[in-house]
Amino acid sequence: MKSALLLMTLCCLTLGWLSAQVTFPNDGVYDHREGHYVFKNATIHTDYQNTIENGMMVIKYGKIVAVGKSLATPAGAVVVDLEGNHLYPSFIDLYTNYGLPEPKAVGQRPRKQPQMLSNKDGAYSWNEALKPEFKAVEHFKGDDKVAGGLRKQGFGTALSHQMDGISRGISSLILLGSEREHLAIVQEHSAHHLSFRKGKSTQNYPSSLMGAISLLRQTYYDGQWYSEHGHQEEKNLSLEAWNAAQGVPQIFEIGNWMEALRAQKVANEFGLKFIYKGSGDEYQRIEALKNTAAAFILPLTFPKAYDVEDPYDALQASLADLRHWELAPTNPGSLEAAGIDFALTSHGLKSKGEFLGRVRKAIKHGLSESGALKALTHTPAQLLKADDQIGSLASGKIANFIVTTGPVFDKNSKILHNWVRGKAHVFKDLKMPDLLGVYNLNVGSQSYRLHVKGKPASPKMVIEVNDSTELKVKHAYSNGLITLSFPPEKGASNRVRLSGAVTNTGWNGNGNLPDGNWVSWSATYTRALPDRDEEESKDKETQVEELVSKITYPFLSYGRTEMPKQKTFLIRNATVWTNESEGILQRTDVLVRDGKVEKIGSNIQDRSAVVIDGTGKHLTCGVIDEHSHIAISRGVNEGTQVSSAEVSIADVVNSEDINIYRQLAGGVTTSQLLHGSANPIGGQSAIVKWRWGATPDEMQFENAAPFIKFALGENVKQSNWGDNYDIRFPQTRMGVEQVYEDYFTRAREYGDLKKSGKPYRKNLDLEAVLEIIESKRFISCHSYQQGEINMLMKVAERHGFRVNTFTHILEGYKIADKMAKHGAGGSSFSDWWAYKYEVIDAIPYNGAIMHRAGVVTAFNSDDAEMARRLNQEAGKAVMYGNVPEEEAWKFVTLNPAKLLHIDDRVGSIKVGKDADLVLWSEHPMSIYTKAELTFVDGRKMFDRKEDETMRQQIREEREKLIQKMLAEKQNGGKTRPVSAKHKHHYHCDTIHDEMH
Amino acid sequence: MKSFIITIQLIGLTFLMGFAQQTPAPPQAKPILILGAKAHLGNGQVIENSAIGFENGKLTVVSDATSIRIDRTAYDIIDATGKEVYPGFIGTNTRLGLVEIDAVRSTNDYREVGYMNPNVRAIIAYNTDSKVTPTVRSNGVLMAQITPSGGRISGSSSVVSLDAWNWEDASYAADIGIHLNWPRLFRFTGWWAEPGEIKKNDKYDEQVRAIKDFFAEAKAYQDQKGPKNLKFEAMRGVFDGNKTLFIHTNDAKTMTEAILFAEMYKAKIVIVGGRDAWMIADFLRDHKVGVILRQTQSLPGREDSDIDQPFKTPAQLHAAGVTFAFNIGGAWEQRNLPFQAGQAVGFGLDYEAAVSGLTLNTAKILGVDATLGSLEVGKDATLFISEGDALDMRTCKIERAFIQGRDIDLDNKQKALYRKFKTKLGQ
Repeated sequence: MKSALLLMTLCCLTLGWLSAQVTFPNDGVYDHREGHYVFKNATIHTDYQNTIENGMMVIKYGKIVAVGKSLATPAGAVVVDLEGNHLYPSFIDLYTNYGLPEPKAVGQRPRKQPQMLSNKDGAYSWNEALKPEFKAVEHFKGDDKVAGGLRKQGFGTALSHQMDGISRGISSLILLGSEREHLAIVQEHSAHHLSFRKGKSTQNYPSSLMGAISLLRQTYYDGQWYSEHGHQEEKNLSLEAWNAAQGVPQIFEIGNWMEALRAQKVANEFGLKFIYKGSGDEYQRIEALKNTAAAFILPLTFPKAYDVEDPYDALQASLADLRHWELAPTNPGSLEAAGIDFALTSHGLKSKGEFLGRVRKAIKHGLSESGALKALTHTPAQLLKADDQIGSLASGKIANFIVTTGPVFDKNSKILHNWVRGKAHVFKDLKMPDLLGVYNLNVGSQSYRLHVKGKPASPKMVIEVNDSTELKVKHAYSNGLITLSFPPEKGASNRVRLSGAVTNTGWNGNGNLPDGNWVSWSATYTRALPDRDEEESKDKETQVEELVSKITYPFLSYGRTEMPKQKTFLIRNATVWTNESEGILQRTDVLVRDGKVEKIGSNIQDRSAVVIDGTGKHLTCGVIDEHSHIAISRGVNEGTQVSSAEVSIADVVNSEDINIYRQLAGGVTTSQLLHGSANPIGGQSAIVKWRWGATPDEMQFENAAPFIKFALGENVKQSNWGDNYDIRFPQTRMGVEQVYEDYFTRAREYGDLKKSGKPYRKNLDLEAVLEIIESKRFISCHSYQQGEINMLMKVAERHGFRVNTFTHILEGYKIADKMAKHGAGGSSFSDWWAYKYEVIDAIPYNGAIMHRAGVVTAFNSDDAEMARRLNQEAGKAVMYGNVPEEEAWKFVTLNPAKLLHIDDRVGSIKVGKDADLVLWSEHPMSIYTKAELTFVDGRKMFDRKEDETMRQQIREEREKLIQKMLAEKQNGGKTRPVSAKHKHHYHCDTIHDEMH
Repeated sequence: MKSFIITIQLIGLTFLMGFAQQTPAPPQAKPILILGAKAHLGNGQVIENSAIGFENGKLTVVSDATSIRIDRTAYDIIDATGKEVYPGFIGTNTRLGLVEIDAVRSTNDYREVGYMNPNVRAIIAYNTDSKVTPTVRSNGVLMAQITPSGGRISGSSSVVSLDAWNWEDASYAADIGIHLNWPRLFRFTGWWAEPGEIKKNDKYDEQVRAIKDFFAEAKAYQDQKGPKNLKFEAMRGVFDGNKTLFIHTNDAKTMTEAILFAEMYKAKIVIVGGRDAWMIADFLRDHKVGVILRQTQSLPGREDSDIDQPFKTPAQLHAAGVTFAFNIGGAWEQRNLPFQAGQAVGFGLDYEAAVSGLTLNTAKILGVDATLGSLEVGKDATLFISEGDALDMRTCKIERAFIQGRDIDLDNKQKALYRKFKTKLGQ
């Protein structure tokens, strides 16, 4: 077989045309060829929709001259008879780094942190993750090994870019031939590539996803500013390249479907259109993605089954992971069904050789064949506006096509040729005869029955000795010559070796017997194989596969297939904690309709209502957590600069966090998701309602006032981060004050400049700070020691606003009178202390003292675990300091609602307010109580009885998937050891880089 | 940075000295009789209207107040009608007194360098003057197992009284056991801020072999007369039954494997952590292995877990007949230990069994139940009176506490600050 392959390779060098380059000197005799070919008798798929049976195609000089049913054969063209083979436009891969060098960091990560500026020399961006100036075309170097791998899968062109950074520069569309670079480039400046990963950048900013989003937004503003005015002030090659890059398609790599929605918000803000390089999980939230109207580039990275033989090990895999194993191959089909435009890429496959098999798998899982072809030809060409050159077979286009034995996505089809710009790359001989059948093989005096089975393009040969004994025959065929070798009998170590010609009358030739004697041999066809058809139909039967996974929202355990509906609920005869002047009402009914509390009273009647018996139970409004860090994607701190006022948690809310459900089970209905406390001016917060199953944006509390996190003390001084963090200002509480004084002063000047009508650079950081001094944005400030609390109040007073909330505020009790006078609220831990020096004087009576001093007082969690029992924390206000129970309960409901300016909607049970309610099994502050039902907007978001059912369903679904994986392993499928995504829980001092 | 830290220390010292200390209580001078309280004996029994008497630090009367006759004049009487009496709660596996301020390194004394440190003794570093301890005591936690951490074998733990002049004085049962951190089956890739996948720990077998080798050599050493090896000396108690082997591990498989291993040395075994103990409850019961159960108020170990799994694990263990004790991590957090038991009651655990998990069962696991852990005549008078249910923060108000009959000062630094600023603010 090897010798046959060698012949073919030689062959391929002679097929095609020698394209000389006029600017290059010629050595030897000028060998001009036209590359003029006529292909006949082919099934020509001119594009993903149209086919010409028995068609013809003419190519010359690397371009298609004509395609049609019957064309005149031009003089001087080589005629290639394709004899029933198929012709397709070759595939296009939009997501490669073909021919580009591995990205490298510009310099070293400095020992003293942070690295404030880029290490790159020259008039480039301040940030190392922004490199719009990188142009693939300037670095491209052909690599025939890589190109060859892609050609074998049917690709003819690839879009290549360097996969590094947030702005990654400009890609080029490149032919996958083996010619010189000068002839390979179809499009020089094809697309601008973006991502939410900073890649090799050693610079600290951005260290979080929200930082990356802000950096992008700021850069769009900077680009506008630079072209209008900024270029007169400075030379910035990156911004120039950035502005130039806006003219080409924008391809954005995302890590999951939520990131597509996040990027889309940026796109909408700036009127952009992104093409998303997807991650393969798009099927999980198809409707939301459809609403972006964006096109996708989909990888075919389908995970292997886990090895789940060990039941304990199997526990490590989550239901979401198990489901994804089963459903990942349905992803392209789901997008097709939803009408979303997409291209397919080989990106992410360990071996490019797996690509076609993966496409077939996607087809088996719902993608249509024409949809697959479209995604590999038409769509990518159109997305790059290169459809005038590639993506279909038509006159004037580049002669990029493949020749296959049958429909390209058929399991038994082979790609024979891949022609790139009119030059053939041959993998298999066009004229491979169908040798299948049963033969009489006579070798000298010996006679055998030879079975040639399998597929015509790759037959298997065996000698049938009797019903139970077979001899395997090694064989090779090439250019009419056949070679066979086999042992004379079962178990023999020596072999009979034969070589001969394949002719119309049979095979014959000479060979060597094991004793060294030459013999002549022949094989004559006697009949067709008996059971071939049967085998094929069996194959098809096994293809039908039943999916056991459910698609739930969120795509996790305890997700639901649809959101609970808003119903009319009548909760009867409960103890109702109103948090209003009515106080605690015994044996009272509450009627809920259209998401609002409609009536509170006794003996309420409503026939349309679902009646819930509240006898012996307590009904309260939902718990509100002023300080939470759950449900946040990739980083809670952008603590790399002294101010990160530009970033917003609202950009990175993660709707797929199991803690949302767990907190609903603890009665929590609304939380403020805060930026961390790593810098004096942190980021903007998100106020969310826990609408389990909604998208991140749908969770945002409508029209809530904007908030921002500030922080004081050890964290912002970087006191506990080790010795390498002693260079960033501030390092003392003295410096912290100056940061604020400076920022508020600059923000005021910035506001004056804006009003003056003079040109200015829009600064997202100062915009947010300006909102603070204009009392349009409110501060929630992480704080411990009284001195600095006092300081911030004084700074605020000097600048004419007040500090809305001190959060943590463990020494609030020392200056509660000053806080009350200033008008600041306090949102505290009930009893934390002693974990760092600045909390050495923290006392659990803090809440009681602040409350009695007239400070609006709340207890918060800052912790995913504690958040689900904030009702107990309220109980600690009774235990430490004897706060009356009714008032203590407000610490986790009405008071945080007031602090968040949402008490007009939530925080008490009052007619007209949101029906965010909790029915507790007993006294809400008792350690023994349980939230039995939790409502958000009149939807039953948690129901302890339903939870029991869901547990059983989770176990059943897991088990079905596990059994399916075991079956896959049994059938020889590859598996991988069980692993799981490791999810961690943020606190406000989680300060690590999440951006690489 | 260094000078900065030193500054903090100096400030810290002067600051601390400014506060009044709680003085350790003198020995019991006169017999005391608590009358009328609902007494939770710790052994599962309750006396609704009790008479609890003690003399010279030992319990002399534990009975129903309505059915016995006592000479009331011989006692200082405490009327506890409508109140509750409990044996002193016992903290487990804690670094209380080994750390003052977590983030200030110079106050950290719970983790020694090195891998196998059975010879390191927590009792030595136990700081009786910690400002944290009185805040724990005032919630009913009167005794604690002070435990080192880190490495493969962290060292030995001791049971201390939380009211003492110095560590010798505090020591109730010294060096009760060795703490072995069993290797994890899974390892975390990436780093904690950018977590990768949880993968199988490829080094698991190697790490287990290192433990096996260490034990084999330590055992063989006991019969040799060569130069002294302090590490192996410290292991003797594990082999002769004088020290408990506390194995810290959470997975069903590692617990099983560790127990089978330790049984070869006939060691007295206690599992610490035991997140998945409910899965192998029968095995634990049959092998008579006690469990110091990780914090009840914690998040489930896996995304798919029942959302209340950690809350209901104690009830599952109790139903299966496994002896367990409650635990809470950290030092200052010990004051929330009672609520770990309360949480379990909310999720199906019998109330008195929950009390046992803070008292008698804990004492059994720590090997000090002969004198501690329940209200029984002859045992230590280590107990407290609460105005209401001590497992529920809504009702928990500890009024009096006694350690071996000594009347404990329940004041603490935080209460002092409360008084100080209440006064300042005129509240």
